[in-house]
Amino acid sequence: MGQQVLNGIFVGSIYALFAVGYTLVFGVLDILNLAHQAVFMLSAFFALVLVEHGLSIWLALPLGIVFGGLLGIGLERIAFRPLRGRAGSNLSGLISSIAMATVFEAIAAQIFGPDISRFPQGTFPDRMISLGSASASLLQVCIVGLSVLLMAVLTFLLAKTRLGRSIRAVAENPRAARVLGIDVDKVIALSFFLSSALAGAAGVLFGLAFNSISPDVGRSVELKGLAVIILGGMGSVPGAVLAGFAIGLVEVFTVAYAGSTYRDAVSFAVLFVVLVARPRGLFGQVAVREA
Amino acid sequence: MNLYLAYQGLIAFVGINALLALSVYATLSCGQLSLANAGFMAIGAYTGALLTLHAPGIPFAAVLLASALLPALIALPLGLPVLRLRGVFLAIATIGFGEVVRLGFVNWDYTNGALGLVAIPQRTKPWILWLTVLAVLFVLGRLRGSRTGYALEAIREDEMAARTMGIETTAYKLAMFSFGAAIAGIAGALEAHFTFIVSPSGYSFGRVVDMLVQAIVGGTAYFVGPVIGAAFLTLLPEALREAGSRVGLSPGPFRLFLNGVILLAVILYLPDGIASLPRRLRRRVRG
Repeated sequence: MGQQVLNGIFVGSIYALFAVGYTLVFGVLDILNLAHQAVFMLSAFFALVLVEHGLSIWLALPLGIVFGGLLGIGLERIAFRPLRGRAGSNLSGLISSIAMATVFEAIAAQIFGPDISRFPQGTFPDRMISLGSASASLLQVCIVGLSVLLMAVLTFLLAKTRLGRSIRAVAENPRAARVLGIDVDKVIALSFFLSSALAGAAGVLFGLAFNSISPDVGRSVELKGLAVIILGGMGSVPGAVLAGFAIGLVEVFTVAYAGSTYRDAVSFAVLFVVLVARPRGLFGQVAVREA
Repeated sequence: MNLYLAYQGLIAFVGINALLALSVYATLSCGQLSLANAGFMAIGAYTGALLTLHAPGIPFAAVLLASALLPALIALPLGLPVLRLRGVFLAIATIGFGEVVRLGFVNWDYTNGALGLVAIPQRTKPWILWLTVLAVLFVLGRLRGSRTGYALEAIREDEMAARTMGIETTAYKLAMFSFGAAIAGIAGALEAHFTFIVSPSGYSFGRVVDMLVQAIVGGTAYFVGPVIGAAFLTLLPEALREAGSRVGLSPGPFRLFLNGVILLAVILYLPDGIASLPRRLRRRVRG
C-alpha cells in the first residue's frame, strides 16, 4: 500500500510538471499547445547527447531545461505570434502547434532513429532508500523533490513577482494589459519560455526515470497531460499540480488492483467524465468561455 | 497501363486518405474540430474485417454498409454530450474517445489484441473505392446552397447567432458528426480490405492528425479541398522520396517533416488551403 502511494507520487510528479506548463500557456493564450510534448521529447534527447559527450547529468539537466525554454520561444515566434489577432485563432493555433510537433518529431526521428535511446549506465547513482515499509531509488526521490521545487518556484513567480503579475494580467485581458503599459508580446514569449522549460525538465526527468527516449515518447505523456489539465481545470496551475498527482496515484492503483491493461484507459475515462460532467474541472474559473 | 499498375497502391491510398480527410471536413464544415475519426475508422475497419472473416458469404456492399452504420450509430450517443463542448474542449474530448477505442481493441482478445486481424481477403477494387469517394462528394456537393448547407455555414460563422435565428444547431452538428463517423468507418473498412490487415496501431492519434493535416492543407472552405489535400500530401512525399534519400533523409521522417512544414505554411499564409489558390491568383492578376 505504502509502496503504491510512493510510486503514484513519483509518476504523478512528472505528469504534474508536464501539465503545469501546458496549462500555463492555455491560461495566458487560450491555446492548446500540442507541441508541448515535442519540446519535452527534444529536451530529453538534448540532455542525452550532452551526457553521452561526457557531461554530468547535474549540468545536462539545467541545460536541457534552458534548451526547452528556448525551443518554446522559437515555437511562439514561428507558430503562434503570426496568428494572433486572427479570427478563430485558438483553433488555428492548435493546428499550427500540431505542425510544429510534427516537424520536431521528424527532426528527432531523422537524427536518432525510431528506436529507443537510453542514457549510458551510471548516469545517475544507483541507490535505494527505504522509507518505512516502502522503498524508493535515489533517482525517484530526486525527481519528486525537483518537480515539487520547480512547481513551487513557478507558483511563487506567478504570485509574487512583477513578471507573474504581468502574466496574470495578460491572461485576464490582453487589451487591458496593453493599455496598462504591459508589453504583451514579451509577456507571452516569457510565458512560453517558462512553460517549455518545465516541459524540458519533465522530459529529462522522464528520460532518466524510465530510461527510454524515442521520437514519439511525448505522445503518451501528452494524452495524460490533457487528462491532468482537464481534471485540474484549464489554465489553473494549482489544479494541474493536484490533478497530476491524482492521476499518477489513480494509475498506479489501477495497475495494482485491476491489471496493467486498464492503466491508460483510466486517465481517459477521467478526462471524459470530467469534460461531460464538469468541464471547468476542479479549479477552473466558473466562466470558461469555451465550455 | 504499366504506369497505372505500378502506382495502383498509391492511387488507392489517395482515395482512402481523401475519404478520411472528408470525414474530418464533415464536422469542420459546421465549425467543430472533432478528432474522434481514427476511433470511428477503427470501428469501421474491425466491423468490416470481422464480417468478411467470419461470414464470407455477405456481399461486400453489405459489409461496407455495416462499417458505415455502426460508427454512425455510436456517434449519436457520443455526440450528444460531447458536442455541447466547444473549440479546444471538443478536440480534447474526442482525442480521449479515439484513444479509448484504440486501447479497447488492444485489450480485446477476440481480435488478437495488439496484433490485430490478418489475412483479410482483398475485396477493395479501385472502382468501389472511387465510387465511394464520388458518392460522398455528391452528398457534400448537394449540401452547398441548400437549406442545410446554409444552416451549417451559419453555425460555423457564429453558433450563438445561428441558434437565435431558430437553427437547430445541436441536430445539425450531431448529423454532421455522425456523417463524418460513417465516412471514416467506410474508409477504415476499405483500407482493411486493401492492405489485408487491421491492427490498433494503425488508428493512433497520429492517424487523425494526418487526416486533419490533409483536410486543412487542401482547404476546408470548399468540399473538394480535402480531396486535393489528400492527393497532394499522399503523392508529394512519394515524388520527392528519391531526392530526399539522395541527401540522406530516411523516408519516414522525411514524410513527417514535409507534412509539418506544409501544414505550417498553409496555416500561416494560405488559411483557406490549396483549393483557394486559383481564386487568389485570379484576384492578384486582376489587381
